[in-house]
Amino acid sequence: MQPYIKHTSIAALMDRSNVDTDQIIPKNFMKKVERTGFGINLFHNWRYLADNITPNPEFELNKPAFKGAKILVAGENFGCGSSREHAPWAIADYGFNTIISTSFADIFFSNCFKNSILPVVVTDEQLASLMAEISANEGVEFTVDLEAQKVTTPGGLSISFEVDAFRKESLLDGLDDIAWTLKHEEQISAYEAAQRKRLPWLWPSA
Amino acid sequence: MTRTMYEKIWDANLVHEPEAGSPLLFVDRHLMHEVTSPQAFEGLRLQNRKVRNVHSILGTIDHCVPTKDRFNIVDVIAKKQVETMTANCEENEINLYGMDSNQNGVIHIVVPEHGFVHPGMVVCCGDSHTATHGAFGALAFGIGTSEVEHVMATQTLQQKKAKTMLVKVEGKLPAFSTAKDIALAIIAKTGTAGGTGYVMEFAGNTITDLTMEGRMTLCNMAIEAGARAGLVAPDQVTFDYLEGKEFAPKGDEWPVAVEYWKSLVSDQGATFDAVIELKAEDIAPQVSWGTSPEQVISVTGVVPSPSDFTNEVKSQACANALKYMALEPGQKITDIHIDVVFIGSCTNGRIEDFRAAAELLKGKKVADGVQAFAVPGSFPVKVQAEKEGLDKIFVDAGWEWRDPGCSMCLAMNGDELEDGQRSASTSNRNFEGRQGKGGRTHLVSPAMAAAASVAGHFVDIRDWK
Ligand code: SF4
Repeated sequence: MQPYIKHTSIAALMDRSNVDTDQIIPKNFMKKVERTGFGINLFHNWRYLADNITPNPEFELNKPAFKGAKILVAGENFGCGSSREHAPWAIADYGFNTIISTSFADIFFSNCFKNSILPVVVTDEQLASLMAEISANEGVEFTVDLEAQKVTTPGGLSISFEVDAFRKESLLDGLDDIAWTLKHEEQISAYEAAQRKRLPWLWPSA
Repeated sequence: MTRTMYEKIWDANLVHEPEAGSPLLFVDRHLMHEVTSPQAFEGLRLQNRKVRNVHSILGTIDHCVPTKDRFNIVDVIAKKQVETMTANCEENEINLYGMDSNQNGVIHIVVPEHGFVHPGMVVCCGDSHTATHGAFGALAFGIGTSEVEHVMATQTLQQKKAKTMLVKVEGKLPAFSTAKDIALAIIAKTGTAGGTGYVMEFAGNTITDLTMEGRMTLCNMAIEAGARAGLVAPDQVTFDYLEGKEFAPKGDEWPVAVEYWKSLVSDQGATFDAVIELKAEDIAPQVSWGTSPEQVISVTGVVPSPSDFTNEVKSQACANALKYMALEPGQKITDIHIDVVFIGSCTNGRIEDFRAAAELLKGKKVADGVQAFAVPGSFPVKVQAEKEGLDKIFVDAGWEWRDPGCSMCLAMNGDELEDGQRSASTSNRNFEGRQGKGGRTHLVSPAMAAAASVAGHFVDIRDWK
């Protein structure tokens, strides 16, 4: 996995709440058996006009000022609904590596970390000031520093955020989760042996 | 120290809690379908890893399956997904109720039919409606595809402990109100993010009075309240449902298992991080009016106005929803006309649901211009319904009686709304475009959907003839 350390990039503004994973990547585009290539259909139904090709000029991410943005600033409860990991795959494939909001849905939140995307949780007031700064100066670049747990802006905002220590470490190192877990092989085997005795009906008879 | 059911299941499944790092939770059952698993198998293959406990997995093919002419998948990419699932299961010797199995159906319908989930288990699936299995007193939740791979390789998940919420419903439900209406009423109260970070335990005499099917409908929707999982304490209703099923404990092991299951219920006086209470008497049949399951109101109500919400975000969300749904503030719910009616999905695709709908459809006809179709959740449901003659009632009323699958719950298989069409649907999500780009979804119970198909608009079934 790609390590995530510190990024300075254009921050795109998406002033909507409850953005669900059906919007992030509509189901018509989930039939692929690969992890890649979903970016082109990110926010498909909002992003394209009825012909499914022409960019919708009214859709915020189509604004020229937001081109190349790696940071997405959005309203509360981002990523609710379906558990599809195609959503973070599409977000990462499009080029975002950071999402800033006041809250995220549980499954989406943990899916982000598996794909080197940092979800940053801020307060209502902090979100409002970040959004105001983008609105006043579209194309402005923010800096997100995971090591220091800080978002800073040219407008002078400096916002500290919380992140789980283990998840932070995994992101900084680009660690493989499965490899980490398999270091505990001994404990897993011991658990299984004990469960076989305790709840034998859950196991195939040897 | 007293513990909640969630805490008991957590403790029983905790493999290891390292000082630095994440707790590891043991996964007893892993459910699988074709959409969220192929990349996980691919990941295993690339790393040369094996599936650790094949017996813990049960798979089905449901999302992409056509409900008419089911073997004729015209979409080549969907076809590849189905073939990939079949090949992956074969290669790894995973138990799959595939396309040609007479047990095939929607994963969350099929799994309980075989007694694959028991109280106290940790159950996961690359699917948010895994919450359904909380009806058995199992901790069941959706995971992403990376985690699907993680579970296959390690039989564990890196998990953080959730907070607990007690949702207490007491009293007698009004006539025609169902588990679906309870679920929608709860979401109306909590909001779609109200449960975020929580595992909800549903309790109270209204809940214990529900059948297993009803409890599954309720827990299924816990995710729409944002909760990680829903739980109902196992009781005699649970044990009676499980006894004799294929994967249930047998013989001498049965009483031992039941004893264990009984020990899992929340202790008297156990504390929850949050408590909400509802009175069953207040829960009339519900109809969603917006594009989020929290935008729901009782059938006697009217479409709200953005100015009814003091919260700015909710007010804006209401305005956006009304625009998308083409509704006016103040419009009576019973004045909303529909084009399509769908009964099915893992929320309401069980035998009870078709019985309830058939009861209302007997001797009636679908309104002019309305297309209605019934999609049983699985072949066993379909076969049972046909045995009872329900299919005939549907067909005589002008409904289509289809083969099982997810169908128009997420419209991935070709069953979908056209731009601007409006549906009464027994599924679980009314998001923009969920049932087809530009489609407008109203979530209701099966009986409400059946009545709407005949009237052509929503009706209060309590005084409808
Ligand atoms: S019926 Fe709907 S909610 Fe259930 S598994 Fe299928 S798509 Fe998901």
